[in-house]
Amino acid sequence: MSFKRRRQGLNRTMKSAVVQLPGLNRDRDMIAALTKISGKAPVTVWQTETEIPDVDLIVIPGGFSYGDYLRCGAIAARMPVMQAIKAKAEKGVKVLGVCNGFQILVEAGLLPGALMRNASLKFVCREVKLEVVNADTDFTRAYSKGQIIRSPVAHHDGNYFADAETLESIEGNGQVVFRYAEGTNPNGSMGDIAGVMNKAGNVLGMMPHPENLIEAAHGGADGRGIFASALEVIAA
Amino acid sequence: MIKARVTVTLKNGVLDPQGKAIEGALGALGFDGIGQVRQGKVFDLQIETGDRTKAEADLKAMCEKLLANTVIENYTISLA
Repeated sequence: MSFKRRRQGLNRTMKSAVVQLPGLNRDRDMIAALTKISGKAPVTVWQTETEIPDVDLIVIPGGFSYGDYLRCGAIAARMPVMQAIKAKAEKGVKVLGVCNGFQILVEAGLLPGALMRNASLKFVCREVKLEVVNADTDFTRAYSKGQIIRSPVAHHDGNYFADAETLESIEGNGQVVFRYAEGTNPNGSMGDIAGVMNKAGNVLGMMPHPENLIEAAHGGADGRGIFASALEVIAA
Repeated sequence: MIKARVTVTLKNGVLDPQGKAIEGALGALGFDGIGQVRQGKVFDLQIETGDRTKAEADLKAMCEKLLANTVIENYTISLA
């Protein structure tokens, strides 16, 4: 299936959308990354929209939607656009949430678990190492299993929590896609979990910011593979 | 009008780094013998109805849909 889809992908440019909400501030970085990697600018979708254009990938970028009031991502997760994203996700459209986008996806119930205050109580803004735990996903095909990649993180609430039953289930299903590697867990996440996908494999959330490490000017391109995989622009 | 208070607390077993920090700060102030501090949230709401049954049902829905994240939090509702 993946081979066929990838071949189809080579014949056309994949389309993407970036969601915009008040307080998100990484949308421009995300738009730049998607444009550079796919060769086509993403459409932007405002929070009140109830329909999402026909795209292959929807990205919820990072930031501080609604000032992180109540809980990070909680208010954004209840905005009209999220119902539209849920409907698209159920149809198999790929959805990527980065940082606040990940928090919004867990609050919306599209991904399991919760993201809590960092165990250190400190905002962390640094580079970490990520282990690609599952390279057989729509988002990680460009990597190999066990590969260690660099990625920036910048968050206050990235401490992944899930109850024992959920944890066992996501580990068993291969839903843990990225783990903080080499002792770089910046937030106390259970199992060093940095990125999780849904059971169907088309919705991925991650705290690190791959969009900020996609070209030489960033000091490396380790994050590029996530977008290249999702947009199917990997050289076959 | 009905006045209501919703209290949201972390479930047992969920790590509460903020509670831990407060516990440490209280100890530093000389308050001895504090077993544990858990931080939560309180919401005071005024509801424009006289129907207590409906108010309770609405409050429960508010907790489930927004005020609490039931993955990590419990809630209690009390009407004045």
